[in-house]
Amino acid sequence: MSINELFNKNLKVINTGIGSFKENLENAGAEAVQVDWKPPVDIDPKVMEIINSQKEIIDEANKKALQIVLNGKPVLIGMDIAKNVIPGMKQNLILHSGPPISWDRMSGPTRGAIIGALIYEGMAKNPEEAEKLAASGQIEYAPCHEHSTVGPMAGIVSASMPVFIIKNEEYGNFAYCTQNEGLGKVLRYGAFSDEVIERLKWMEKIMYPILKNAIESAGKIDLKNIIAQALHMGDELHNRNRAGNSLFYRAITPHIIKTAENRENMAKVLDFINGNDHFFLNLSMPAAKATLDAAMNIPNSSMVIALSRNGTDFGIRLAGTGEKWFVGAALVPDALYFPGFTKDDANPDIGDSAITETVGLGGFAIASSPAIVQFVGGSAKDAVNYTLAMYEISIGENNIYQIPYLNFRGTPTGIDVRKVIEKNLTPFIDTGVAHKKPGIGQVGAGVLSAPIEPFKKAYEGLADALLK
Amino acid sequence: MIKGIIKKGEYFDSVTLMIVSKEVNKINGVIDSSVVMGTNENKAILKMAELFLDDFISTNDTDMLIVINAENEESYKNALIKVEEQLKAIRNKKDDSVDFNPRSFDGAIKVMPEANLSLISVAGKYAAKEAQKALNAGLHVMLFSDNVTVEDEIKLKKQAVEKGLLMMGPDCGTAIINGIPLAFANVVNRGNIGIVAASGTGLQEVSSIITNLGGGISQAIGTGGRDVKKEVGGTMFIEALKALNKDEKTEVIALVSKPPHPDVLEKIATEIKKISKPVVAIFIGGDKETISKSGAIAASNLEECAVIANALAKKQDYSTALQSLEERKNKNKEHAKNLANQNKCKYLRGLFSGGTLCYEAQLILKNSIGFVYSNTPLNNEYKLKDLWKSTENTIIDLGDDDFTAGRPHPMIDFSLRCKRIVQEAQDPETKVILLDVVLGYGSNLAPDDELVPYFKKAKEINPNVAIICSITGTDKDPQNRAKVKQALENAGAIVMNTNVEASELALQVIK
Repeated sequence: MSINELFNKNLKVINTGIGSFKENLENAGAEAVQVDWKPPVDIDPKVMEIINSQKEIIDEANKKALQIVLNGKPVLIGMDIAKNVIPGMKQNLILHSGPPISWDRMSGPTRGAIIGALIYEGMAKNPEEAEKLAASGQIEYAPCHEHSTVGPMAGIVSASMPVFIIKNEEYGNFAYCTQNEGLGKVLRYGAFSDEVIERLKWMEKIMYPILKNAIESAGKIDLKNIIAQALHMGDELHNRNRAGNSLFYRAITPHIIKTAENRENMAKVLDFINGNDHFFLNLSMPAAKATLDAAMNIPNSSMVIALSRNGTDFGIRLAGTGEKWFVGAALVPDALYFPGFTKDDANPDIGDSAITETVGLGGFAIASSPAIVQFVGGSAKDAVNYTLAMYEISIGENNIYQIPYLNFRGTPTGIDVRKVIEKNLTPFIDTGVAHKKPGIGQVGAGVLSAPIEPFKKAYEGLADALLK
Repeated sequence: MIKGIIKKGEYFDSVTLMIVSKEVNKINGVIDSSVVMGTNENKAILKMAELFLDDFISTNDTDMLIVINAENEESYKNALIKVEEQLKAIRNKKDDSVDFNPRSFDGAIKVMPEANLSLISVAGKYAAKEAQKALNAGLHVMLFSDNVTVEDEIKLKKQAVEKGLLMMGPDCGTAIINGIPLAFANVVNRGNIGIVAASGTGLQEVSSIITNLGGGISQAIGTGGRDVKKEVGGTMFIEALKALNKDEKTEVIALVSKPPHPDVLEKIATEIKKISKPVVAIFIGGDKETISKSGAIAASNLEECAVIANALAKKQDYSTALQSLEERKNKNKEHAKNLANQNKCKYLRGLFSGGTLCYEAQLILKNSIGFVYSNTPLNNEYKLKDLWKSTENTIIDLGDDDFTAGRPHPMIDFSLRCKRIVQEAQDPETKVILLDVVLGYGSNLAPDDELVPYFKKAKEINPNVAIICSITGTDKDPQNRAKVKQALENAGAIVMNTNVEASELALQVIK
């Protein structure tokens, strides 16, 4: 539009900077939009120059990576015991959420869950013994993420735990996740009392065989389809899984009835799934993991393929840098606390569940979930605004996962670490909050923006990779 | 005691933070305070103000630094509470009143795909990048930010010319496009006079006078003061002139600037020759001959420029209008005589907020009584040795960097100027205090409330001191010129219509 053409148009202004200028423009009769501008993250100009000079190459790689995510077809195909199916799983290996960490740096909830797992495995008789064994060096620890697995909160997976098997039918890769225990005093929040262990045993001995047979009877259950529908029904598939759980319940129940032999056990299993709205979280998470892992090792791509926390550190991985972790300190979430607890009780952010945000669900899709807006300030508009902001750091929009309120716009998908750095805007994550001490459990739920440090390191790491 | 805290990861723009710190300074027992982002520039300012704390060394652009110089612990605590209250109020205001605010230019373009102008006022070191994004997307740009390098300015303007876009600024404070005031601008009549200006307050003064005379403005295009320097070569000044020549609604063109570099003046003159519409130019204190030769009318000051443009726009003979200015001068001489008799002191003290108005006032005085002292003198020998103390006849520009480091512009924050009014009144040598009051969007919304108590105080201290002001603005401005004038007159000030008239009267009083 030439200068003289502008003279004959209504002025439409993008105002970046002083906010009162926008109000003045509107008072004077012009249309204006305000940019909530922030200075970009402080990055070495040389590093920035490397990234900027490779813009086309990175864009091309991201296009490819995003397409892999959009093509992904996660399907639940069966169940088995962890050590039988998870690659590299063995009796003295314990998987945890987040990036790698040694016992001495682990947070309270992670330690608590490990204590519980060692008792559950029969490797220790009581918490004291378990703690000694955990610190002895005889137990190996590794991130779930490095074994095609994801785990909510502490994310502890031990050898005898039953796991769901999810296959990405488009690319043939697999992902694994344990069965969800419900809310309150549970292993994943670091609790390890008798009731916790008993429940885990029941889940292994009673629920697992019934579910395994039912899934076999069903052949497979299309998780992408359930997730897409659940978004239309008010879930964001991280802090709210009620609709996803209902849909799963509908899909699995006929097969449970068809295959279960003991009527009493069958009823208990159905009640357990029905009574635990988060049961489906342990399916939406591995569905996301299977989808994103297919995009690992796309050279030059700045797309994030994992956001993950272990209660101490926050780690991310990029499609272009494969299995490398970029790590910074995890933050304490803003949360609504259960009565009797405050922020002082809260552990820093924990869990692999931010894999849902990584694939464009959770905080990225919170506009779909007006029921949980109390976590984000109380008004539905706040939730919508969070999702809108996430489009700004995403490579594209999902072709299947949609947000009804935004006229069925696809969810923001494929986080671009370059945009995170340039806009100084980090992913917005829904999360549960664990007590910082082992053995207590969940104390609240809330939201947080990811810390910038891991993204800064990833940006620098990508520049290094580009130079090679 | 000087104490402070760091808030990591918080970000507010500098204007917002300065308003916060202004509020904090009002608290009892707070001697001074500063709330700034931890940029290297701000840290340097804190060091100079002796408000720098050791903890601040490792902070960066996204850390907020709060430092309070308080008389005691209680005042310090109250100040911190006040900061929180202010920041919270600002945040909540944002959340309740507006829809989604995008976080970046490309986010904004998605929200408003048909956007045609980008107004940018972020810190200088980031500003060129934002302007670049807008030009790439085919938007016209007004770059309010200063501290942009001349290399970036040249690059941006070159690209704008290639794309046929406006690149107003950097350091462009004022423009009126399609009747919409941008940044610091007045609400003027729409009409048939187009203005190109490399001077923000010059543009405000000319467009306001035209409006007050019943004329109107088609477009008023700012270029930033550096545009007419040698390096930039008048690039945007000339593009704007061409655009106004082509614009059907523009019948008369007014050019406003401090004197351009001779090479640039030559280029502008060459361009004027190609223009069929009447052109009137004020290059304050500059070479009038080159202008006259190019076929434009060379005005002597901003008021004359406005008066001539207004007459031309109404197809009237402008010599009649100039004649009446001459008559007014004689009438004001009488007025001056009366004022002069009341008071045996000697000197004039000018306290300006508009840089060009300050410059114009200095010129008017120089032409009659010679150079006066200033922080921005016409002649470097008259540079004030101590900015904070006037010498003989002194006219200072409080909008200059000398006074604005770490502080809002004096058009927004009157506190420094008000203090100085009292200081000048206490000086037994002060005969006249001369001020400009600039209205319009962007400026303080109640300048009369700010000034009146200090005018009264000055009059108490020195009942015979003459306070002479001009008001740049219109009755349609949010402050309402007539209302402000009335309030200032009630407080004992003599309010003139233009900066020229006020300066001339002040001159006559001390002469």
